[in-house]
Amino acid sequence: MKDIISTGKVVGVNGNMVTIEFDGEVLMNEVGYVKLNTPQGEKNLKSEVIRINGNRADLQVFEMTRGIGIGDVVELTRNLLAVTLGPGLLGQIYDGLQNPLPQLAEQCGFFLDRGVYLDPLPAKEWDFTPVVKPGDTVTRGDSIGTVPEGIFTHRIMVPFNLLDTYKVKSVVPAGSYPVSGKIAEIEDSKGTVYPLTMRFQWPVKRAIDAYTERLKPVDPMVTKVRLIDTFIPVAKGGTYCIPGPFGAGKTVLQQITSRNAEVDIVIIAACGERAGEVVETLKEFPELTDPRTGKSLMERTIIICNTSSMPVAAREASVYTAATLAEYYRQMGLDVLLLADSTSRWAQAMREMSGRLEEIPGEEAFPAYLESVIASFYERACLVRLKDGSTGSVTIGGTVSPAGGNFEEPVTQATLKVVGAFHGLSRERSDARKYPAIHPLESWSKYKGSVEFDKTEYARRVLYKGNDVAQMMKVVGEEGTSLDDYIVYLKSDFLDSVYLQQNSFDPVDNSVSVERQRHIFDVIFKILAAIFDFQVKDDARQYFNQLRQLFLDYNGSGWDTDEFTAKEKELLDLLSSKQKDIDETAAQMLETTR
Amino acid sequence: MRKVYSKIESIAGNVITVSADGIKYEDLAEVSSAHGRSLAQVIKLKDDKVALQVFAGGRGISTGDEVRFLGHPMRISFSDNLLGRIFNGGGQPRDNGPALTENMIEIAGPSVNPAKRIIPRNMVRTGIPMIDVFNSLVESQKLPIFSSSGEPYNELLARIAMQAEVDMIILGGMGLKYDDYLFFKDTLEEGGALSRTIFFVHTASDPIVECLLVPDVSLAVAEQFALQGKKVLVLLTDMTNFADAMKEIAITMEQVPSNRGYPGDLYSQLASRYEKAVDFEGAGSITILAVTTMPGDDVTHPVPDNTGYITEGQFYLKNGRIEPFGSLSRLKQQVNKDTREDHRALMDGMIKLYAAYKESMEKKSMGFRMSDWDTKLLKYGEIFEKELMALSVNIPLEKALDKGWEIFAECFMPEETGMRTELLKKFWPGKEEK
Ligand SMILES: Nc1ncnc2c1ncn2[C@@H]1O[C@H](COP(=O)(O)OP(=O)(O)OP(=O)(O)O)[C@@H](O)[C@H]1O
Ligand SMILES: [Mg+2]
Repeated sequence: MKDIISTGKVVGVNGNMVTIEFDGEVLMNEVGYVKLNTPQGEKNLKSEVIRINGNRADLQVFEMTRGIGIGDVVELTRNLLAVTLGPGLLGQIYDGLQNPLPQLAEQCGFFLDRGVYLDPLPAKEWDFTPVVKPGDTVTRGDSIGTVPEGIFTHRIMVPFNLLDTYKVKSVVPAGSYPVSGKIAEIEDSKGTVYPLTMRFQWPVKRAIDAYTERLKPVDPMVTKVRLIDTFIPVAKGGTYCIPGPFGAGKTVLQQITSRNAEVDIVIIAACGERAGEVVETLKEFPELTDPRTGKSLMERTIIICNTSSMPVAAREASVYTAATLAEYYRQMGLDVLLLADSTSRWAQAMREMSGRLEEIPGEEAFPAYLESVIASFYERACLVRLKDGSTGSVTIGGTVSPAGGNFEEPVTQATLKVVGAFHGLSRERSDARKYPAIHPLESWSKYKGSVEFDKTEYARRVLYKGNDVAQMMKVVGEEGTSLDDYIVYLKSDFLDSVYLQQNSFDPVDNSVSVERQRHIFDVIFKILAAIFDFQVKDDARQYFNQLRQLFLDYNGSGWDTDEFTAKEKELLDLLSSKQKDIDETAAQMLETTR
Repeated sequence: MRKVYSKIESIAGNVITVSADGIKYEDLAEVSSAHGRSLAQVIKLKDDKVALQVFAGGRGISTGDEVRFLGHPMRISFSDNLLGRIFNGGGQPRDNGPALTENMIEIAGPSVNPAKRIIPRNMVRTGIPMIDVFNSLVESQKLPIFSSSGEPYNELLARIAMQAEVDMIILGGMGLKYDDYLFFKDTLEEGGALSRTIFFVHTASDPIVECLLVPDVSLAVAEQFALQGKKVLVLLTDMTNFADAMKEIAITMEQVPSNRGYPGDLYSQLASRYEKAVDFEGAGSITILAVTTMPGDDVTHPVPDNTGYITEGQFYLKNGRIEPFGSLSRLKQQVNKDTREDHRALMDGMIKLYAAYKESMEKKSMGFRMSDWDTKLLKYGEIFEKELMALSVNIPLEKALDKGWEIFAECFMPEETGMRTELLKKFWPGKEEK
């Protein structure tokens, strides 16, 4: 595939864009290398063709362009920007172009040297077990065999870019083979034979489509964050976004999710944010155990790390690299969660390039195609049925960093149009240290949650009403508020502080299973539905303070322990001591669910 | 070897164009005009046209002036001889000392491999309780001071510089008023810190392109010292001037602005500087403290806004104090667990009660009745502001914690503070005497 290599010569340099003059053919989005002579020797700087005009082409360079001069040679590869797929991806830390950073550090030291590209896959041997035999018919995406990769059975598949129907000519017997060694030969309808190894390439900007059908996402992707799973759930194969002003808790929320989410594989795309935050993840994950498997969390994680001071063109590519790796593991029937922080930095990378290309700018100088690019990125999330009947999913959650914290800006708006759930963080709540600072009234989800919908709607109405009362109370004071209104306010405040807020540092409270969420939500529901017997507001306030204190202890006690049962009994006793009746609508709900 | 051209084809703002060949992107040239010599940097190559940004500005340059290409990008001398010296953004001496030419290093080099970074772990003590107790500064942190224009931000920077336990200080001044420059110089001199300080100063009257160079030059030098094992504190004031210089240049280059005239890459530009803050395993570190003045006192203005998205927290300077709300050190939890057992609890407890004080103040101003509790809070808030929050307070962390307990004891009963019983037993003042 890389036999026809044409070349060009640099005729212009502007920031991270070079213009070349070429003879022969150039392919849109193909990869080229700018040859640069430096005192440290020749360097090849990876670039991508992004515009062709006559015999000139513009390339975005994925590296610093310092030192490039007119006349420098550019080699064109005829290959689109691609990633390498195969066993050994899990646990890796890559830059936006799949360069393994720890290995790079071993070779280059503290700094990121230009033009050094290492093999993304470790040169390892894998225990291969064939699942086909000579004579079998296979098409793209079918398994040739499997290798154990940590806790997963990694399918070695017919490369997705082989579009014909093939006959297996030979396959190696079970045994240990190097990742780049030949494991099978397949023959197409014209008789051409293709040797297969455990690895192949796939262009990052093209979604992997080797499946039979796309299905509607329904099953919840459990995050173990109560507010999310109960009120604004995410579905496996769905999409959601987390916009919020700086410091509101986007990154922390994603970090919590990357640890606790009930999925097989998590891919973290640190896109144009702080390097220090990635360091926390990559130092801590190897030490943390995945409660589902008992193995280190790193074994189910891939980190794509193109932080804010790394080259901006590679930042643009990084989210696609992440999406492609996610789709690859989806093809093995696994549930993959892709977390991108922050999609605004990715959009800004597009804006920078668009500016250099002197395209006609849209709102806030973002390119006019911003919306469609964002839409097609989130479109890569999906639940699919694979050819063998199993299903796999990619769920995408992206943070958005709106300028000035104002959601009325192009990236947030374009994202809101396409995602299935919106978890908006509020400055007010983060300033009040109410974490996770997701605004419970403004956020929404189109997916079905783990708790009955009419009950959560009931609770949501309490929140709305409580919020109204709180607003009113600011004007008329506590004195001017009726006892009934005041109780609604106390109920909503109670719900907020013991259920919506969650202590991410508490060993128990930081991740709450769905089973437990359902259980304690029932207790909450009883409290919200209760009609109380209070004479004065002070009584009501003190009572709710007591309830809250008890409930926080209840939240801190381990699931299904004696302590948990005892606290629950205490709570329910306290409830019945002051309850005189139950709200009629709520009573009906309890009737019907029984 | 070096080529000289004497036909400048266009001059627009600070940018000149010549026809030349063999020129590399970001190379330097020297432009000699009737007003003297200035460096210029290649910012665009197109066919045989080379666009250069002239550090001293385009004013007074004639089309017949000489442009001599130096064949290398912007560099700065690096050695211990820099210590105690004062330079401009271009690296030329501003004091009367000799120009330095030994051991030239490139500025704005590549970024640190994230896999080589380590989790920050050392506190930088400043003697300012609002920092040490409530928002500890951590070695390798990047932290801005968000300030409205009248606030004493340079005084604050100078104080931190004097008191922080670091090996050396690099002060990068951008659009600095000459008086402020003298103030820094005098303060550091009086405190005997001048010999471990390097200045890179652009004053308000200097050419604007030099303003752009200040952070890169400061940080390149800092990086070298850090690699040699030094703990370096870099002070940058005022980054809003830096951003405004970028805006001005972007507009003369006819770039499409994104937000209030600032270029679309403002975030990346700021980030590539702030991300130089680092702790090198087995060597030294760079900590960055920067002033960001907020035009119109508006934190959503593009400069403080983009900064907040990059840095690890921020200090809000308001009414001559570091505001406890809004201010945040995102790295404090890495260090405040190992200081003294009451540190975290006291930090949270004091802030909670201070928030309650603010509520009481509000009620008072609306004419609601003050309860006993409100009265206690009012007393507490006042003492807190005077004895811990005022910038004039200068005590070590442990003293500040003791002070916190004293203030509590002066205003409240132990159980009213919400502090855990075992801490009250150990730290409540006056226990030993009884
Ligand atoms: N769930 C949480 N529990 C406790 N503290 C939190 C939580 N979320 C956020 N914080 C606090 O807020 C700080 C900022 O959070 P975070 O880094 O997630 O913000 P962000 O929204 O990602 O900001 P930016 O846009 O600047 O990256 C954290 O360092 C931490 O102190
Ligand atoms: Mg963040």
